[in-house]
Amino acid sequence: MPELLPFAVSLKGTENAVRDGLAQAMACLAPLHLNTDDAGTVELVLAEALNNVVEHALASTPELTAIEIRGSHGADGLHITVIDCGAPMPDGTAPLAKTPNLDVETHDMPEGGFGWYLIHTLATDVKYSRVGAANHLSLQLPVGV
Amino acid sequence: MELTSSTEHGLQIVTVQEPRIDAAVALAFKDRMRDTTEGGIDTVVLDLNHVQFIDSSGLGAIVAAMKNLAPDRKLILAGLTPTVDKVFRLTRMDSVFGVFPTVEAALTKLRA
Repeated sequence: MPELLPFAVSLKGTENAVRDGLAQAMACLAPLHLNTDDAGTVELVLAEALNNVVEHALASTPELTAIEIRGSHGADGLHITVIDCGAPMPDGTAPLAKTPNLDVETHDMPEGGFGWYLIHTLATDVKYSRVGAANHLSLQLPVGV
Repeated sequence: MELTSSTEHGLQIVTVQEPRIDAAVALAFKDRMRDTTEGGIDTVVLDLNHVQFIDSSGLGAIVAAMKNLAPDRKLILAGLTPTVDKVFRLTRMDSVFGVFPTVEAALTKLRA
């Protein structure tokens, strides 16, 4: 199994910072030599998790607050935790995967609501907890196994 | 957000000259698509072969572009790279758009 030391990446809570943060996190995964498909899975799940934090948890304080990505790797794949000190999830849990309804007329076609669906579809385990004043979203991804 | 446009055989081909359509540029993409396609009558083929990554915001922006062209004009997708293709497949949005491996394949099919 490839060796990956635990890593942490810190970024500002803005859409532009998400790009840099993602690039840094993906660079940390280089030792795993992920194929295109697995790398795409990781980047997509992480992007959706970070976008959610920027759009919701940090919506009122984007420049002030940082987001931290922590990653580690084991026999069951990649473990990622996204931590922010923004607003808590409204009902204390991560939103469920709602399959987008595409059986509608063109003008009613959904333009959003795909984020959590993608996270739940690609990650094998999704856990949210409020730890003090921080949100912890833990994701397990079956890559690099 | 750089888009280039050409017309071939009665189709407008819009090529995204960027590696990503993500939350940071989704709004700019929507605006540029509206400007680029405004006033035309042709079906639009969106060439995504330079785009390596798209997130749900980018996907939403492409859906918005399709809705903006409807009901008179269609939006067809071509040149999806692996991760972009994955997003369309997982959300089943590939069933809403016509999707072709390349612009050439789209032209051949749409001309026939």
